Amino acid sequence: MFHDQYSDATIRAILDEVKTIAIVGASANPVRPSFFVLKYLIDKGYTVFPVNPGQAGKEILGRPCFASLGEVPGPVDMVDIFRASEAVPAIVEEALGLAPLPKVIWTQLGVVHEAAAMRAEEAGMQVIMNRCPKIEYGRLSGEIGWTGVNSRTISSKRPAMRGGFQHRGLRK
Amino acid sequence: MTDRTPGFSTLSIHAGAQPDPATGARATPIYQTTSYVFDDADHAASLFGLQAFGNIYTRITNPTTAVLEERVAALEGGTAALAVASGHAAQLMVFHGLMQPGDEFVASTKLYGGSINQFGHSFENFGWNVKWADPDDISSFEKALSPKTKAIFIESIANPGGIVTDIAAIAAIARKARVPLIVDNTLASPYLCRPIEHGADIVVHSLTKFMGGHGNSMGGVIVDGGSFDWSADDRYPMLSKPRPEYNGMVLHETFGNFAFAIAMRALSLRDLGPVLSPFNSFMILTGIETLPLRMQRHCDNALAVASWLEKHPQVSWVSYAGLESSPSHELMKKYAPKGAGAVLTFGIKDGYDAGVKFVSNLQLLSHLANIGDTRSLVIHPASTTHRQLSDEQKVAAGAGPEVVRLSIGLEDVDDIIADIDQALTA
Repeated sequence: MFHDQYSDATIRAILDEVKTIAIVGASANPVRPSFFVLKYLIDKGYTVFPVNPGQAGKEILGRPCFASLGEVPGPVDMVDIFRASEAVPAIVEEALGLAPLPKVIWTQLGVVHEAAAMRAEEAGMQVIMNRCPKIEYGRLSGEIGWTGVNSRTISSKRPAMRGGFQHRGLRK
Repeated sequence: MTDRTPGFSTLSIHAGAQPDPATGARATPIYQTTSYVFDDADHAASLFGLQAFGNIYTRITNPTTAVLEERVAALEGGTAALAVASGHAAQLMVFHGLMQPGDEFVASTKLYGGSINQFGHSFENFGWNVKWADPDDISSFEKALSPKTKAIFIESIANPGGIVTDIAAIAAIARKARVPLIVDNTLASPYLCRPIEHGADIVVHSLTKFMGGHGNSMGGVIVDGGSFDWSADDRYPMLSKPRPEYNGMVLHETFGNFAFAIAMRALSLRDLGPVLSPFNSFMILTGIETLPLRMQRHCDNALAVASWLEKHPQVSWVSYAGLESSPSHELMKKYAPKGAGAVLTFGIKDGYDAGVKFVSNLQLLSHLANIGDTRSLVIHPASTTHRQLSDEQKVAAGAGPEVVRLSIGLEDVDDIIADIDQALTA
């Protein structure tokens, strides 16, 4: 796949299919973007595992934090990487050691490593780079438009509601 | 419509406006409310901390206004937008986000007279210093730059002169100086020109004009082009530094390519307060649905009037970029090929007194201080909108004593021409 050109259908399918997400580089600091994403994905109903060696043994938002991907109990559908680009290959290697293999490797805005992406894809994982799952969920659900952000989507369908007006579900 | 990029007319009707999630209402409802209940304390904390999308208070977000914001962002090709009470409020907020006391910005001399006043006088009270540059001499923008320059401001099609600005050439100067280029796109509307495609970083509008289009509602908007790197140095601390208002959050790092729009909302609008009424948002949204149709008719009528005026014995000159005789015609073909807009100026023989008499003779055209209405409008800038400028500034802004400005409406063009004809010869 040519990275940085993902169709909305591709992103929507990932966000609809994955249920468990490990966030590598999750921060306990509530003004950091990785904390925002962790909180948002929990609110949207995903099972989220924070991974951060500096916080291992502690909790972030009531979720136990793990030192590495290998320590996460149970299968991980998606690994969301909040680390510098050069840290990506080692995280992909760690993901390759998981059984079952994660379905998706996702790297945040500004985090890009083509060689690591190719390695993950050769092993059968789907790779999304330089995107934020919070922004993409907000965009595809229409929720991001509440803040005047251009969702680049239009629809004549009434948005699905989940948990009341403030939590719009994904558009089907 | 998965992955198909909708056309301009489709976006004018649909962008931002799904059926209402609560009721299924197909037209965008008017959410005439000041505030919104929280689900619980955690939800409230998430909203106040900018961690969740949602509404707190209409001074910050409103569901009706949000549709308008997304609509304009989509039409301009921006990442996000913020609607405010007027075009002037939009300009105040943009500079609040960029400037510190003692800073400078470079602005075109070919601007709406109200902007010349705002920049030259009111902004002085904040210690924001304007340096003027002439769009007919692009190098004057470069010469006006200094280490204190924080932005460059131009109009795409200038009011009132019928002049088209070379956006890409000035964008190149802005890029080299690493300052954002702000373009007021009010006269063109995104139907005729999308400045972000030519290198603008921020677009502002008076929505009162062609976007609303019916002369009934004030409004303004700021569009974030998403292209400017606010963190390249320390010059834009509102975007690049930890904000004490939000416990040390860095907005550019957190919100990426729509950080400027968030800064405008969460800091400038929240703290300065020029909020747009949800009712006005609804009226302007309704206007935007027909923007492409109206704008083309405005242009077609204006070109017919301009061509007719050019041959009239009482008229000494006509300034309209749609005319082949216009010095701006080549730039118009590049930046606004579908038309040069509705606003044109002409010189009336015998100067100031003849201008005043012409205006009073008109029966169909309305004498008032606005543009971008369905109705055809007229004003004599020297005695009204540009009255407060010095004689030199009047001439520099294209508002000398003999100048009459028309904003051509959507009436039958023969009726418009007949009224102008009787008023010129009466």
